[in-house]
Amino acid sequence: MSTIPQSKPQSQSQSQSQSSSPPLTPRPRRRSPVTWVRGGGLSTLVFLLPLLLAFGTFSWYPIGRAVVMSVQQTNLVTAPVFVGLDNFRDVLSDPLLWTAVRNTAWFALLALVIGYPLPLALAVLMSEARRLKGFFSALAYLPVVVPPVVAVLLWKFFYDASETGIFNDILGHVGLGPFPWLQSATTAMPSLVLEATWAGAGGTVIIYLAALTGVSPELYDAAEVDGAGLWRKVWNVALPQLRGIMLVTLILQVIGTAQVFLEPYLFTGGGPANSTLTVLLLIYNYAFANSSGGDYGAATALSLMLAVTLALLSALYLRLTRSWSTS
Amino acid sequence: MTSIRKILGFSTTMAATLALVAACGTSAGENAQDSDDGKVHLSVVSLIPGSEKAAFKAFDDQVAAFEKAHPDVDVTPQEYEWKATTFAAQLAGGTLPTVFEVPFTDAQSLIQNRQIADITTEAKKLPYAGSFNPDVLAEMTDPQGNIYALPDLAYGSGLQYNRELFAAAGLDPDKPPTTWQEVRTDAKAIADKTGAAGFAMMGKSNTGGWNLATLTYALGGRIESTDASGATTATVNNPATKQALQMLHSMRWDDNSMGSDFLLDWSGMNQAFAAGKVGMYISGSDVYSALKQTNNIDPKTYGLTTLPMSDSPDAGLLGGGTLAAVKATATPKEKQAAVAWIDFHYLSKYTDQQRATDDAQTQAANKQPVGVPQLPILDRETLTTYESWISDYVDVPLTQMKGFTGGVFDQKLTPEPAVNTQEVYGAMDSVVQTVMTDQGADVDALLTQANTDVQKAIDKSAKS
Repeated sequence: MSTIPQSKPQSQSQSQSQSSSPPLTPRPRRRSPVTWVRGGGLSTLVFLLPLLLAFGTFSWYPIGRAVVMSVQQTNLVTAPVFVGLDNFRDVLSDPLLWTAVRNTAWFALLALVIGYPLPLALAVLMSEARRLKGFFSALAYLPVVVPPVVAVLLWKFFYDASETGIFNDILGHVGLGPFPWLQSATTAMPSLVLEATWAGAGGTVIIYLAALTGVSPELYDAAEVDGAGLWRKVWNVALPQLRGIMLVTLILQVIGTAQVFLEPYLFTGGGPANSTLTVLLLIYNYAFANSSGGDYGAATALSLMLAVTLALLSALYLRLTRSWSTS
Repeated sequence: MTSIRKILGFSTTMAATLALVAACGTSAGENAQDSDDGKVHLSVVSLIPGSEKAAFKAFDDQVAAFEKAHPDVDVTPQEYEWKATTFAAQLAGGTLPTVFEVPFTDAQSLIQNRQIADITTEAKKLPYAGSFNPDVLAEMTDPQGNIYALPDLAYGSGLQYNRELFAAAGLDPDKPPTTWQEVRTDAKAIADKTGAAGFAMMGKSNTGGWNLATLTYALGGRIESTDASGATTATVNNPATKQALQMLHSMRWDDNSMGSDFLLDWSGMNQAFAAGKVGMYISGSDVYSALKQTNNIDPKTYGLTTLPMSDSPDAGLLGGGTLAAVKATATPKEKQAAVAWIDFHYLSKYTDQQRATDDAQTQAANKQPVGVPQLPILDRETLTTYESWISDYVDVPLTQMKGFTGGVFDQKLTPEPAVNTQEVYGAMDSVVQTVMTDQGADVDALLTQANTDVQKAIDKSAKS
């Protein structure tokens, strides 16, 4: 423990006190529990404790348990058996795993193509509408406010594949369809992405809108002077300014879509024929689908592998985009 | 120096927190002690969540009657629906009531995993202990003969049909189909004339496999075969299943008589049927209770008949049932109270006329289904006598179920595949879904793949 240096010798302090600047060295005091309490340490701890308890119970402890369970064979009722890396081996040799990985990648890709540019485009358009911007923001955010389960059940009803299903009926009026939506292996995943985009775009729109207000109007004026139309203004002024935010939302979206569970679970249960089976749904099935006791070892092993993969992906991504980011 | 201090401080805090949490958190489970007020507290399953209020009232009346007869027991009902996906979690998490229900197929693995209590002593004290249908009781007995649960319902699969849709399609509701060819033509008529699904198959959450297994049995095939040494082989790739899938394929793609939703599970199908969107489907003979209590079906529309059987000598009726089990952590007093409750609520009505009429009266007074067709848990004579006792209170449209009640005892009742049943059904779900959603589905390839998947499920259960 370092000690605070003693104050300077008498003569120097006297000359110092004659000047107007305060002494530069702090008053020496021994660090003891009493000083810690007096210094506000106890209240800090008291404020921290609920946070630590909450995170400890619901975040760190389950993570620790999961790591332990991934090397055991356990059904949470009988005593667990240590099995080393067997769970990882079993998971990696499960053909359904590669189906799930493929489907998850497909979902992520579709979400990137459909769901990534859309909020950006909406935000740019909305920022042009000066008067009604607030109204449009509220409208865009409304789907986010709808509880996810309610949204999915609503869309499940809309996606009725008969000719009288809502979407098919509407599209039928313009001569399209009827589409099988969730009832076909090829259209099931895009249907899921559509609903997920509808539900999630609003939040990102608000973020982009806020970021766009930070773009200096002088840049727009300068571009206009050079003869730029709306498209060029967006492409050459707004987007480069939003680069930092866009990088963050991109990685957040990739991580988020890699963990998609709600839509496949509620819409199709992984069907038809495992075409919407995602990695997280597979984890759920490992753990809970067998009523005689799930394979929690395999479930936690796969969760661990997913977490590590996403962490590596993020690290790689941040490394590669370091030169592009604004920070 | 400072950064090391920070790291040390952080890790100490985390370790302290985790230790604190672990100390209070780990044994949240049962401290199975009788409570201090001298009463035995017993939690029991009541009804499926979302059932009608009157149904819950009828159940509460039963609870009151039991508590009057057993003043030292305090019964707490708990809503419950057995679902393959939630049961394991509830069991592990300890949120199941002390007395809970599971299908026959789960009994053996629960016994092996010591998750249900041995109730041999209490069960043997019951007056009818020697009269149980031996095939039924065998499902819940271990090789040493100890009884681990009691059956509360046995059913056979039946063909449920909507009489109103039959009439609207120009078919006679009192003459439901008796062969699969007739099922196909009737389904086409219903689809063409009413737009509803003529015949529907369940598709997800293991129910697709269950329906397909039922069809297979009715056409003379089997899903699993166990040889003399006890080794089980998957036999999904058999001519009967292939025939079933080809029939389904034709109905779906040539006749377009199977509707447009192929991802229904048991409760989703009930909902669609009660709403008049399905003409015929396969389910247990007891499903009318759920249709009435949960989906508020209009009784006029309900019809039940036997599943058509093929001419094959192996054509069998897939049967099953529910059993009532007691949690492994129950105290001896709780076990006694539990078996007393099982006796009172589920079983005594079959041998005690007063109980039978009281029970039927309460149910009927609350407009709950009385007299739903079932198969004997004890023996056929007992069941017939019971049915005569309650005949005054029967409020289910039994005349509309004549096809089933008149014909089921001529069918060969066959138990469900024994090994890892739910996972086997789950592996077969995607076969049904593929045939229903992909016109170019290659049935042979699907069955070969399904056979491999089912064999894996069987082997997995043998390993654990």
